[in-house]
Amino acid sequence: MQNIQRLFLTLGAFIAMSGQAVAQEATSLDAQVNAAFANATGWFVSLIFAPIPGTSFPWIVMWLVVGASVFSIYFAFVQFRFFGHAIGLVKGDYSDPDDAGEVSHFQALATALSGTVGLGNIAGVAVAVGIGGPGATFWMILAGLLGMASKFTECTLGVKYRNEYPDGSVSGGPMYYMSKGFDELGLPGGKILAVLFSIFCILGALGGGNMFQANQAHAQITQITGDFPGWITGLIFAAVVFAVIVGGIKSIAKVTEKIVPLMGILYVGAALIVLIVNYDKIGWAFGQIFEGAFTGLGVAGGMVGALIQGFKRAAFSNEAGVGSAAIAHSAVKTKEPITEGFVSLLEPLIDTVVICTMTALVIVISGQLLIDEASGNYILNEGATAIATIDGNSGVALTSAAFGSAISWFPFVLAIAVILFAFSTMISWSYYGLKAWTYLFGEGKMTELIFKIIFCIFIVIGAAASLGPVIDFSDAAIFAMAVVNITALYFLMKVVKKELASYSSRLKSGEIKKYQH
Amino acid sequence: MKLVIGLDGASTGDKALDFAKSLAAQTKSCELIVVYVIEWSPFSFQTAEENAQRHKRREEEIEIAMERVVNPAVKSLSDAGLTARAIVRHGDVADTIDSIAVKEGASQIVVARSSAGGLTTRLFGSSTANLVMNASVPVTVVA
Repeated sequence: MQNIQRLFLTLGAFIAMSGQAVAQEATSLDAQVNAAFANATGWFVSLIFAPIPGTSFPWIVMWLVVGASVFSIYFAFVQFRFFGHAIGLVKGDYSDPDDAGEVSHFQALATALSGTVGLGNIAGVAVAVGIGGPGATFWMILAGLLGMASKFTECTLGVKYRNEYPDGSVSGGPMYYMSKGFDELGLPGGKILAVLFSIFCILGALGGGNMFQANQAHAQITQITGDFPGWITGLIFAAVVFAVIVGGIKSIAKVTEKIVPLMGILYVGAALIVLIVNYDKIGWAFGQIFEGAFTGLGVAGGMVGALIQGFKRAAFSNEAGVGSAAIAHSAVKTKEPITEGFVSLLEPLIDTVVICTMTALVIVISGQLLIDEASGNYILNEGATAIATIDGNSGVALTSAAFGSAISWFPFVLAIAVILFAFSTMISWSYYGLKAWTYLFGEGKMTELIFKIIFCIFIVIGAAASLGPVIDFSDAAIFAMAVVNITALYFLMKVVKKELASYSSRLKSGEIKKYQH
Repeated sequence: MKLVIGLDGASTGDKALDFAKSLAAQTKSCELIVVYVIEWSPFSFQTAEENAQRHKRREEEIEIAMERVVNPAVKSLSDAGLTARAIVRHGDVADTIDSIAVKEGASQIVVARSSAGGLTTRLFGSSTANLVMNASVPVTVVA
């Protein structure tokens, strides 16, 4: 009963947020949705991105980087020491043939990746490079490498403290390691953290995992078809997502899950082609990245501006420390939770260090960013908020133009890729959000259905709103998850250290061995 | 002597069973291992929800295979006075049957001729054909 009450209270808050928009006349629906949205979420955004007093450095970015660095040092750079082992695990070298048919390490990695690889790699990087210049790439790579340790920590805990139900299904994620892990260590407050995390996770699922995706997918479609109201795209997307998550139409999800990896490979392939064609500029581009990292090359905020953008976009793209991957990874049936941690540390590497860097290189090499020949610095746009580009593009349009300058038909492929990435990310986040939702309100058909319907409504809102408020809110909600999650990780990291010590000694002694396949 | 019989749930499997029976009847002691492989790859792509349900589905798949294919086969062999047991596994059909045969020390594998046709078979060959080409022990294909 209490659960139902809580559900309706939360529901009320959501309706207050979205209801205003729905009730308005259809004439300027987009503009009104936008204004209502910015009003409703502004305070939250400013709280999360508040600068450290006396500087322009958002405290949240510092929080993520400090967290990732602490985990890297605490686990003696596990991301490099166990890198080869992680590859072996994914290849199935250590999988017991008797467990065949369970979720494999590869499948868990692929599922988690399909939730992170997407618009963050295409649109997010363009935002980072557009505002922070090529130098942002350097900080993005650094954040990606450090973030591998955060992922390792959270995913190990995610598997260790998951719930296994009598029917064989599993539920895992930060909310479970917060409540169960804290109890085990005799620490207070685990439950409070878990509830906070779940709230932010639901907001993150509706923001970055939903509205941002719908918004950018719409932007991409209008580039090809010409302008039309966003809510139309939103409705179509909502209908398809509804069919999958409520209607249980697996075939759509199945098809997407097969096409998305192909699109990923196609995307990296196209980036490689652009780089090969312009091989003579690769050295110069890396030069720009290094120089920009420490001087800013004239971007707003200089070096700090580049650093903030790089760190921010890396976190948004690979979600290390955010806790979402811990939900995705916890489904793996393994006797050793830490093996899932090793596998997950590959995610920031693939997502950020490889794919994001590719996008950044293509944008830099394409010459879309305007350079003042005399000083060698980048020219800023009128408001001095970002680097001026040839057609005034930003976000996904900038990436599209950069690819288009080398492969004229590629923007069409990219448009399809963006739509599919957006779709698969929405499906993944609908699951993360749902897990947080059921943690708060209990498992049950009705409570699950309510969340799924709210999720679909937000797709329409996201597609109709303009990029500014949406991207701010998306970032804020996802980073708020990281605030709670990393706090919990600090308390629980000694549990992971114990696991790591035990596992590596057994690996050395030969107790953990490869199987002949 | 140990014999591995690979079944795929099609009616042609009965012929393989009959052949194995006649083969076993010629030897003094023969252990028959009935194998059914559920086609599965660790490198496929799944949604998070499918992953969460996977353990449950796997149990269900094994149960169905036992009920519909393997147990009736084992029963018909036992009824004929032979020693028989069942193994149900997930994996690539040809690889898995072969590795079970090796692990169990079987001297022969008996399978039915592939019943599936179509484009996939033309492109990638049937499981039976793959088994014949890569098996580590002699394979008898029953037509």
